[in-house]
Amino acid sequence: MATLDLKTISKSFGEAKVLHDIDLAIRDKEFVVFVGPSGCGKSTLLRIIAGLEEATKGQIVIDGMDVSNAHPVERGISMVFQSYALYPHLSVYENIAFPLRVARLEKDDLDRRVRRAAEILQLTDKLMLRPGQLSGGQRQRVAIGRSIVREPKIFLFDEPLSNLDAALRGDMRVELSQLHKNLDATMVYVTHDQVEAMTMADRIVVLNGGRVEQFGSPMELYHHPNNKFVAGFIGQPNMNFVPAKVKAISAKGLTVVLDAGPTMVLPVETEGVAVGDAVEVGIRPEDVAAGDTLDVEIRVLERLGGIAIAYGKLACGTNFCASLDGDTAVAEGTTIKLAVAPADAHVFDAAGRVLRRRAAPALVA
Amino acid sequence: MANASTNIAAAGPRGPKPRRAISGRNIMIYGTLGLVALYYALPLYVMIVTSLKGMPEVRLGHIFAPPVEITFQPWVKAWAQACTGLNCDGLSRGFWNSVRILIPSVVISIAVASVNGYALVNWKFKGSETFFTILIFGSFIPYQVMLYPIVILLREMGIYGTLGGLVMVHTIFGMPILTLLFRNYFTSVPEELFKAARVDGAGFWGIYFRIMLPMSMPIFVVAIILQVTGIWNDFLFGVVFTKPDLYPMTVQLNNIVNSVQGVKEYNVNMAATMITGLVPLTVYFISGKLFVRGIAAGAVKG
Repeated sequence: MATLDLKTISKSFGEAKVLHDIDLAIRDKEFVVFVGPSGCGKSTLLRIIAGLEEATKGQIVIDGMDVSNAHPVERGISMVFQSYALYPHLSVYENIAFPLRVARLEKDDLDRRVRRAAEILQLTDKLMLRPGQLSGGQRQRVAIGRSIVREPKIFLFDEPLSNLDAALRGDMRVELSQLHKNLDATMVYVTHDQVEAMTMADRIVVLNGGRVEQFGSPMELYHHPNNKFVAGFIGQPNMNFVPAKVKAISAKGLTVVLDAGPTMVLPVETEGVAVGDAVEVGIRPEDVAAGDTLDVEIRVLERLGGIAIAYGKLACGTNFCASLDGDTAVAEGTTIKLAVAPADAHVFDAAGRVLRRRAAPALVA
Repeated sequence: MANASTNIAAAGPRGPKPRRAISGRNIMIYGTLGLVALYYALPLYVMIVTSLKGMPEVRLGHIFAPPVEITFQPWVKAWAQACTGLNCDGLSRGFWNSVRILIPSVVISIAVASVNGYALVNWKFKGSETFFTILIFGSFIPYQVMLYPIVILLREMGIYGTLGGLVMVHTIFGMPILTLLFRNYFTSVPEELFKAARVDGAGFWGIYFRIMLPMSMPIFVVAIILQVTGIWNDFLFGVVFTKPDLYPMTVQLNNIVNSVQGVKEYNVNMAATMITGLVPLTVYFISGKLFVRGIAAGAVKG
């Protein structure tokens, strides 16, 4: 239905600059998730797209039309808020009908569209209730209903699931993904939860400090993070960063000595580093297996059933986390030997830039 | 319950600890309350009793004695026959004048102030904070300072001495406090509701009439109470900005009670005073229930 292009969007609140020249091209029917820590500017960016806030600089182009100065409703967008923002004095029916009433739609047409939205969201038997009589999940569905009746070009979601409990959040995640397929619409979704980002997105925008750190598919971000920030943000539990020194550079890649002792040969691009440079080796907890490279002193073991997560320290004092088999016999307070396949390790230079891995799994679509 | 029973549910005493109806503490509290109530009710009692007596009985001077012969003549006279100046049609003239002043003043002042408050909260413009500060500052200037300038202003506009002029004065003087009232109330309405309405396509008036107005009934009731009692009880503006034919009820009451010729008809004066006080009294009685009603439940999470 619509493409969305952001061109050099900047935003300042007085002296504080919260967004720095954001350039993004979002494709038709794409589900894009903005993810980042609190205060990274993701909600501000969404409000700028919605037209609720003005960009200090830059353009917003929807379907080839510059809408930077257009009112929210003229942009053909609709938005779902974190707090649902339902009108408390109106019934569910009237809440969903509100955008249509404002647009002065004919009665029959309005009724038909409200009922269809209610059907999609399983709210048909709740239409006469007030928002106050609904549960959190139902309220969120009403808010989504209100956003779909107008048949907008682009849906905007501002952390819509943060107020729900964990179980409901999982259900709603699936429902939203399904809704995206059914409606075949362009959606932009803001969250601070990387699980939501990984599970729902076609492509993820990782924001940090008002800058785009990386824009790509979930698996691309997972396997080829641009920098240390993205690597640490994507993936659960977080990636371990182990300090190391470059010992040699060869055709096979980088030979590094970990501060914890062992030497590893890592198959990565070696451009920009020299022998003797300090680097950090990024190791995902789930890439770790029993072996003989790393000595880890286990402090805490969290058994989740299928897997067990071990938190410990390396010989050099760096915190290290490993994802082990659920039935592992490892005991807290002991030291175990682990290893990681060199191809699975990530390397970051002193500035946090990644040295691209040569051998990584082929990306799934 | 204060002393909800613990896990031994069946056995043992239950419910709050019984209290004796007459204890030293209760006697103190109810005694004091009774005395104070009596003190405040006594003048009202004297007024009612006096207004139901004929003049011969009043002249006897037993102000606390109940009427021997109940008569409603003083009430009738106060309403329809009492003289002020040349007019001898009683308080009814003043009553209708007051109504004609009250209704447009209340409606216009609340309409304008609520839109003011709404704009100040949700449609912030450059200098809106300054504008608000100036408006609030206006409420600290004593009325007396502005009386004469306003007389001149109204004269130049050609509406001095008319009801329209007085309505305008009431509207303007109600503005600071009412705007403050509405602004503070609208601040408590979640901002996301306003944003959602904007995304849904509603404009300035659409949001005001469809969202803000229906959600803010409690504060409208408060504003109506404030304005009705304030304007009804106003004396100063009434006497300064109108002429005898158009005097509001309060001014006319004063003229009836303070007229110096002839016999002082205490019974008529009492009746007239009670009639004048009926409107604010009614407002308080009716509005009590409407006063506290939180309608914002369920708007946002929780």
